[in-house]
Amino acid sequence: MFEPAISIRGLCKSYGGNEAVRGVDLEVGVGEVFAFLGPNGAGKTTTVEILEGYRRRSGGEVAVLGEDPEKARREWRERIGIVLQSCRLDPYLTVRESLELYAGYYSHPRPVAEVVELVGLGGKADERTGKLSGGQQRRLDVGMALIGDPELLFLDEPTTGFDPQARRQAWEAIAGLRELGKTVFLTTHYMDEAQRLADRVAIIAAGQVVAQGTPADLGDRDSQPTTISYRGPDGDVSLSTATPVQTLNELTGRALAEGFELENLEVKRPTLEDVYLELTEQGGPPA
Amino acid sequence: MTLVWHQFRYDQKAFWRNPASVFFTVMFPVVLLLIFATVFGDQTVDVRGGIETTTYYVPAIITLSIISATMQSLAMSLVIAREDGRLKRGRGTPMPPWVFISGRIGNSIVVALLMLALLALIGDVLYGVAIPWDRLPAILLTLVVGAAAFCCLGIALTAAIPSQDAAAPIVNALLLPLYFLSGVFIPDDQLPSGVIHFADLFPIRHFFEAFFEAYVPAGGGGGAAVSWDNLAIVALWGVAGLLLAVRFFRWTPRGD
Repeated sequence: MFEPAISIRGLCKSYGGNEAVRGVDLEVGVGEVFAFLGPNGAGKTTTVEILEGYRRRSGGEVAVLGEDPEKARREWRERIGIVLQSCRLDPYLTVRESLELYAGYYSHPRPVAEVVELVGLGGKADERTGKLSGGQQRRLDVGMALIGDPELLFLDEPTTGFDPQARRQAWEAIAGLRELGKTVFLTTHYMDEAQRLADRVAIIAAGQVVAQGTPADLGDRDSQPTTISYRGPDGDVSLSTATPVQTLNELTGRALAEGFELENLEVKRPTLEDVYLELTEQGGPPA
Repeated sequence: MTLVWHQFRYDQKAFWRNPASVFFTVMFPVVLLLIFATVFGDQTVDVRGGIETTTYYVPAIITLSIISATMQSLAMSLVIAREDGRLKRGRGTPMPPWVFISGRIGNSIVVALLMLALLALIGDVLYGVAIPWDRLPAILLTLVVGAAAFCCLGIALTAAIPSQDAAAPIVNALLLPLYFLSGVFIPDDQLPSGVIHFADLFPIRHFFEAFFEAYVPAGGGGGAAVSWDNLAIVALWGVAGLLLAVRFFRWTPRGD
């Protein structure tokens, strides 16, 4: 049975006359890793900060762990963990001390040593946070959000601006959350990040959700035609087909019978990136 | 309360490891006292029928160090934490906001008490300005009221500071001229009365008078050690700061 950790109906948010979020509907199930994918300025951070209780919505219904984040109580805050888009740590405290400080805010924290290991900072526990690399600081951010042993974690663009190695480190820490059975709501503008980490993805553009689904079937990617291209005796050919097996069979049969080679033969299906770019370039949902 | 103590402990760690806070809050007042005492040490100040310059500067620099440990240190560290996003992160936890603020105020008051002890000791040992043990209750009362008031003013001031870079210039532009005008750097008897009247419009002068009154025995002992009227004005400033802080304090970085 689908048990929602987050449910959003007709969420709107405007700043002055500018509508940042225009009627978003979403459901995130308990235990799901959900990615909210979209270009900069699409309304990702506004949405996630409404869910976190930092911002007030202009309209719509929001329930996070069954409660309205605007009326957030201490008990509710015990159950969520937040990684902000940009946030530094006290540079004069060590990794361990930063986690100890935050552990004190919660009634049932996870053991500090365990969290240090969980985010892969075992060798850095007594290092001051000011001396950590960007990737290490981000993993500590995840650790700070985990220390209260929350059911639900929000991660707002956890790897923006990272080099590939730091991204990989952060991804490992996030992938570990799934094993802990946490519900994760992640925003990102990287397709590969969504594809790699998420069970389900929603794409937001100009304040509206334009597609949602699993990384495999997003934007009806699985039912879109396959493109077959090759160079034959008549030059370059590109075919679009809904039945690639049959088409390929005919094609290779003909090539064998007539004795020509299919040079540069390629069979391509639309990538998540193709879908993403197509959807976000329209700047809104299809009419 | 346990949580306030918890917060306070980590604030203390971070404070003592931060070279900027240790220098400006702890070392700077000590250096100022040594300089003033060395340069003007053999003169007298025409206050209370004539006292040694050092007798004047010990309570003056303690006044400065209390304001520095509270208003200055809080305003700067809170703006830095706010712009770093650290205050926002803290708001996302179950910790009640008052716990965080109380921890910081506690940190400031403890540092202020330490500065009192340190500067009083230096005054006694190096310059023979006896520590007025018999006036300790009045001194501590004055310190706590003043420290609390200047904490509130420091927290209120953060609302007027847009960025980390602006913190030090804004705080110093406010405090440094007032130290001069209020007689903290230049003894009272050398300041024109117009300057003193002007300085009376601000809390530093009143706090200095209250602290001086508590620390320096009037004409060979006796006299009211607590300057109630000055202390009341300082407390009123503190209440005004508190109201402004409650209304305008922000937990999120500017432009958020």
